[in-house]
Amino acid sequence: MSPKQTLIAPLLKENPVTLHVLGICSALAITNSLTSSLIMSVALTTVLVISNTAISLVRNQLPSSVRLIVQITIIASAVTVIDQFLRAYLPDAARTLSVYISLIVTNCIVLGRAEACAMKSGVGISILDALGNGFGYSLVLIIVASIRELFGNGTLMGYQLFRLTHEGGWFQENALFLLAPSAFFIIGFLVWGVRSWKPEQKEKPDFEPVPLPSSEERR
Amino acid sequence: MNGFFDTFFRAVFLENLALAYFLGMCTFLAVSKQVKTTLGLGVAVIVVEGISVPLNNLIYNLVLRQGALDWAGLDQLDFSFLGLLSQIAVIAAMIQILEIVLNRFFPALYNTLGIYLPLLTVNCAILGASLFMVQRDYGFALSVAYGLGAGFGWALAIVALAGLREKMKYSDIPEGLQGLGITFITTGLISLAFMGIAGMSF
Repeated sequence: MSPKQTLIAPLLKENPVTLHVLGICSALAITNSLTSSLIMSVALTTVLVISNTAISLVRNQLPSSVRLIVQITIIASAVTVIDQFLRAYLPDAARTLSVYISLIVTNCIVLGRAEACAMKSGVGISILDALGNGFGYSLVLIIVASIRELFGNGTLMGYQLFRLTHEGGWFQENALFLLAPSAFFIIGFLVWGVRSWKPEQKEKPDFEPVPLPSSEERR
Repeated sequence: MNGFFDTFFRAVFLENLALAYFLGMCTFLAVSKQVKTTLGLGVAVIVVEGISVPLNNLIYNLVLRQGALDWAGLDQLDFSFLGLLSQIAVIAAMIQILEIVLNRFFPALYNTLGIYLPLLTVNCAILGASLFMVQRDYGFALSVAYGLGAGFGWALAIVALAGLREKMKYSDIPEGLQGLGITFITTGLISLAFMGIAGMSF
């Protein structure tokens, strides 16, 4: 793949969330507010870039028997740095995101990209790949978070866009959008939308229905 | 003893790791096609959570937390920023040891659980339970209850989903929704049902 393709393909064609089902946990958990989703996106993209760069640099020295533990250690160190940074400079955000920043360690996107790209290619390509996948993940997060916050609260990033009924406005907020199930529904429909648009991503059914006998055979 | 069961039921139903906190979703969605496989995976999760959460609790309270090393005259040291690194290392090492022990002494159990164990190292439900344990400041007894409850709740959720997916094999699902899409929506519905239990108080 050309460098430009490496950067752009993960946005839609090979989106880590909707196609590869990676990094779902955080994509679902923190998307009830756009602000925390943006912080999470930046944090994940940073970790991805740091870990991809570091792993790509040491890839030729790594014996394959211990590569997983080395990768995890590199990722965990990067996450610790981000976590401590957030706690020091954005304490409110760190409290809202609670354990989900630490859970970037087990976010499959990071380990997945380390295995699939950084172990095989040079530093330049690895960085582009990290950025591309980070943006692909952020895109899904931002779409889901915008829907959830707008309909759940009538706000975006804390600014009131729709006036709520109990404040004399017209918008009756739907609290379900702030709860867990709505995230599943929204991502489910998002996947449906993407796959109808890009039919090559569709999965084969597990079970082919037996075709009904035609009217002539029946006779 | 009251607190023990309280924490256990809370972890199984109200604070279900999969359905309320979205942890371990990757495995949850990918390996939930057959009830039989999910049963094996579920038991593996219960075992690993039941051991790793109390173990991390001991390490955190005896070594990492500020003031834990008082007895050595090191009362200013606060290693809690190393928590994440130590937890993931403990989990990875523990799973490796468990695999070796099972393989040596319980080959039958190893054959059922063995393939899932390595997978669990990077399962966020396992790490997440340890992180929540630290965040909520559980003591040792409560951490045992929480670990077992969290594992049991996750197992319950994935077996329920697999049961539904087995039935859904025969239904006529719109093309783009097949596979991942419909699984998400089903999980949403299960999660909605679990939220109904939230009104009950234990």
